[in-house]
Amino acid sequence: MNAKSSVSTKSKHEQLGLSNTEVVDMYKYMLLARKYDERSLLLQRAGKINFHVSGIGQEVAQVAAAFALDRERDYFLPYYRDYGFVLSVGMTLKELFLSVFAKAEDPNSGGRQMPGHFGCKRLRIVTGSSPVTTQVPHAVGLALAAKMKKKDIVSFVTFGEGSSNQGDFHEGLNFAGVQKLPVIVMCENNQYAISVPIKKQLGGKVSDRALGYGIPGVQVDGNDAFEVYRVVKEARERAVRGEGPTLIEAMMYRLSPHSTSDNDLAYRTKEEVDENWKKDGLPKMKQYLIDHGLWSEEQEESLLREIQQQLKEAIMSAEQAPFPKPEDTLLHVYASEGEV
Amino acid sequence: MPVMEYIDAIRLAMKEEMERDEDVFVLGEDVGVKGGVFTTTKGLQEQFGEERVIDTPLAESAIAGVAIGAAMVGMKPIAEMQYSDFMLPATNQIISEAAKIRYRSNNDWNCPLVVRAPIGGGIFGGLYHSQCAESIFFGTPGLKIVAPYSAYDAKGLLKAAVRDPDPVLFFEHKKCYKLIKEDVPEDDYIVPIGKANVIREGSDITVIGYSLPLHFAMQAAEELENEQGISAHILDLRTLQPLDRDAIIESTRKTGKVLIIHEDNKTGGVGAEVAAIISEECLFELDAPIQRLCGPDVPAMPISPPMEKFFMLNKDKVKEAMLQLALY
Repeated sequence: MNAKSSVSTKSKHEQLGLSNTEVVDMYKYMLLARKYDERSLLLQRAGKINFHVSGIGQEVAQVAAAFALDRERDYFLPYYRDYGFVLSVGMTLKELFLSVFAKAEDPNSGGRQMPGHFGCKRLRIVTGSSPVTTQVPHAVGLALAAKMKKKDIVSFVTFGEGSSNQGDFHEGLNFAGVQKLPVIVMCENNQYAISVPIKKQLGGKVSDRALGYGIPGVQVDGNDAFEVYRVVKEARERAVRGEGPTLIEAMMYRLSPHSTSDNDLAYRTKEEVDENWKKDGLPKMKQYLIDHGLWSEEQEESLLREIQQQLKEAIMSAEQAPFPKPEDTLLHVYASEGEV
Repeated sequence: MPVMEYIDAIRLAMKEEMERDEDVFVLGEDVGVKGGVFTTTKGLQEQFGEERVIDTPLAESAIAGVAIGAAMVGMKPIAEMQYSDFMLPATNQIISEAAKIRYRSNNDWNCPLVVRAPIGGGIFGGLYHSQCAESIFFGTPGLKIVAPYSAYDAKGLLKAAVRDPDPVLFFEHKKCYKLIKEDVPEDDYIVPIGKANVIREGSDITVIGYSLPLHFAMQAAEELENEQGISAHILDLRTLQPLDRDAIIESTRKTGKVLIIHEDNKTGGVGAEVAAIISEECLFELDAPIQRLCGPDVPAMPISPPMEKFFMLNKDKVKEAMLQLALY
């Protein structure tokens, strides 16, 4: 057998350097994120929590991107739909629910911020806010620090296509382009900025803007885990080689309403949503694993049972966890004496 | 002890802190090769290289935002806004981000950032090169704000700001750059943030202020002492946030008559808060209504010389206000 034919017999994930275990793990995180999201929606509908903002339809790209990074060393600046991403880099279900219930031990904010506003130094998830895309210049600053300290790490930042119209997107990317900084900027283009569709948000393609910054811009099918993994991995390799930033536009569809406060059928049709459910990357990933003998319906059922159990335990323990003390509202405005 | 200008003291503070800590770096528009439009950063790029004295693209939100990102992983950026008038594109980064990073992360992350910005008029800068931006940021918990009047304090406060674990806005008055000249030690010292300073002891009236107008108050106090025997007590706030409440109350009690002065316009200015503190804490110790002498409530300072002169405080205006208060 010659080298050429041995390559062609390799499956997609093997060609990308992903082991069987890794590719199965990717799927597990995608499914976990989906189930977490569905459960949070139910909790809100049941009146247990006030608010949930969903990432359903975006998990495949989120998890694939995380797996292409160095999950032990890189810095992450996810946006508010990135449950799949933060789970993949180590946040636990319990931690997510502590945030959902706004409890004191919530590592993201100690119960101060809305759910989906991630931050956890232990996991190098940089604290984020609600005004959109302010995190892009931060990611560039982290990359600048990495370059100054000669560390072979990258920062990875995400946001939606609506917020790609903010000045901070442009200012941050231009700065990174000038300084050739190790930052990967991924737009999760889910077609809607709350109610406003892309045709009213974007005059062209987000990825095409890269030309103006002198950096590569790549549009990729966000429902295709392997394509997302490939472009993020290549972007990371470029970044650590000192070749600068990459702008990635991952195309997907926000299958859920914007948040639990939103009725999406006021501005889009059920037919359109149904059509996009058919493109959902999650069942495609499952089918891929089954086709390659890496997964079975039995394993799927057993994983679903396991996730249900994990969700139940995480919700119970987060619900029982104490709230912050009311007077803790006054803490951490500035460093205390001797604190950094 | 060498005599140096206010601007030299600021430059020396940056140089010393950059020598002391390799994580300290400077970024902003024209700060590198040119050394800043006022020469505040002159010589720093030659000494520390392009990597630590970064000429950035002309984009203030990125200057602040990139500095915030670097600060969150332990760097100590000094971000220069060329004029405080041009700082407004960065307000979202400063107010929504830098000010809230410690609080919103429940003390997990912090942001040891310094933003330097020249304030004030008197240089024929017109509307957009003369403003005082402090009241825009004042009242934003999470930020510290300093505004030195003396060269000594400019150096010591900037060094303290660089070492502070929280974001500090450093407002330097561009008219002070060359006007204020005094002895400044070349050794390592800091002026603590949050501490006001009595710059003149007196017993008849109290003047409370910050930055350039204190220069006029000091001259006026000297003349009033010699001409009328009026003894003025003058408090330099130095730090606008957090305000030194104890020093404000103590200085008020000293004379029972208070004049608050600043160049920023009167309504909603720092002086309003100082007046409120006095009213809350020692109203019945006052012998006269609290007075404020500030920039007028117009959008900004016009460029035409008579109009600029009308807007700006000066020795005569401050002297008159002090005299009227003494006579009350």
